[in-house]
Amino acid sequence: MAYLSISGVRKTYGSPRGPVTALKGIDLEVNEGEFVSILGPSGCGKSTLLKCIAGLEDASAGTIAVDGRALKGPPQNMGIVFQRDVLLDWRTILDNVLITAEFAGLKGPAVRERALALLGRFGLGGFESRHPWELSGGMRQRAAICRALLCDPKLLLMDEPFGALDAMTRDDLNLELARIWQDTRKTVVFVTHGITEAIFLSDRVVMMDRNPGRIVEIIDIDLPRPRHLAVRESAEFGRYVAHVRHLFASLGVLKDDAP
Amino acid sequence: MSATENLDPPMPGRLPTSVVEAGMVIGLLAVALVLWEAAVYIFKPAPIILPAPSAIWQEFLLSPGYFLQMSAFTLYTTLAGFGLAVVLGLALAVGIVHSKFIERTVYTLLVALNSVPKVALAPLFVIWMGTGVEPKIAIALMLALFSVVIDAVLGLRSVDPDMVNLARASRASSFDILRKIRFPNALPSIFAGLKVAISFALVGAIVGEFVAGSEGLGFAILTAQGQFDTPRVFVCLMLLGLLGTALFFVVEACERLLLPWHVSQRGGGGSGH
Repeated sequence: MAYLSISGVRKTYGSPRGPVTALKGIDLEVNEGEFVSILGPSGCGKSTLLKCIAGLEDASAGTIAVDGRALKGPPQNMGIVFQRDVLLDWRTILDNVLITAEFAGLKGPAVRERALALLGRFGLGGFESRHPWELSGGMRQRAAICRALLCDPKLLLMDEPFGALDAMTRDDLNLELARIWQDTRKTVVFVTHGITEAIFLSDRVVMMDRNPGRIVEIIDIDLPRPRHLAVRESAEFGRYVAHVRHLFASLGVLKDDAP
Repeated sequence: MSATENLDPPMPGRLPTSVVEAGMVIGLLAVALVLWEAAVYIFKPAPIILPAPSAIWQEFLLSPGYFLQMSAFTLYTTLAGFGLAVVLGLALAVGIVHSKFIERTVYTLLVALNSVPKVALAPLFVIWMGTGVEPKIAIALMLALFSVVIDAVLGLRSVDPDMVNLARASRASSFDILRKIRFPNALPSIFAGLKVAISFALVGAIVGEFVAGSEGLGFAILTAQGQFDTPRVFVCLMLLGLLGTALFFVVEACERLLLPWHVSQRGGGGSGH
């Protein structure tokens, strides 16, 4: 039984020009401990799909079940990371990480220890009493990931978490995320528009197209783990990239420069 | 967002600049007083039109106890009106943000009421509450309330939707979202409103004393005017100016104390967003 199962999900928005279909006929099963990326152009509804999985938005039709239970609001044991870190400026980095525990009613030295350990693991040791504005974008996003991981969620949702970062910081964080996943085997749904990133991190890549937002293909990524950045230079990796690019080109999402 | 992993060095204190600024303001005031004194000495206007600063100072020295007592009354009225406006205003703002019904009724009513020149309602308050301190506090409250509510509503609303989403995803209660996200996030905006409100509360207190009363700087101005005692009017005006400035800076000091994290208080350091 899949940890996350989505069947027949449709999402329609009302708009002044009539209803807009953001998602149509979404079927997807994600197993426990699986890393799944949702890849697609902007406007394909991938973020909307993630918000539906998070229980932040209701699907117009269809069902989403997490751990065998149909969603009614945000599920338990879930962590979420957005494109923007949304750290609270008035809290220190440590207190920002602790906020998820506060919301869950957890307090005490044990949670604090865990938060400090997470921060240390993400290279933020010694920065716990700094404020968010004193940190760079990459460090802020690392803190946001610590915040999502603090309560040891079984399901981790990430909505273009590295989309606002520069290429080098993005590579760093891709590696750190791969390592964390390797160690903890959380179920991860990772929304991105970066082809390389999706293939590098995932067990499966779900490709979506827009108007209306729908799944066009799901590919298995059969690359050995643990993965290192060098895997991106392998022929196999290149074949996956070519396959994805070809598919998006045939959909008209990517312009092919070949005549 | 900056992408480098460098940290900005700790910001140097801004105290020297503020000391310099304060010095400049005091200097400017001193120059104005000297010019005023000189102008009175040279042109010799009738004391009933424009007394010299030295004459005003002497007037104050004649009965400092009286003036301080009047100031204390006005200060009390202002603070009471302001305090009530803050409590009531924040409660209203929370209600308005959380309930469409309250927004459509109370908020609309408040906006409509605000377009009535509230000073014109002052005599009515005297009819309702007599000539004691209550109508003055009520008028101060009424004048201060609107800016508290407007800015608090704005602040409570202008929260990043993803911040709320994050809290909801962590299954936070709506009270926790208010307490830990919306309210702190609204504080800079709330303080902007409080700074306007404290000045309005003082205006309200004076208006109340003008309409009916036997105490306070507004009352002292009216009686001095009745006796064509211009130096006395000026003493009251100067005290009002001091009072207003002091109240404003007290609110600002609270802001600095409570919001060291806000962009406006960081003194140019930090990489920000």
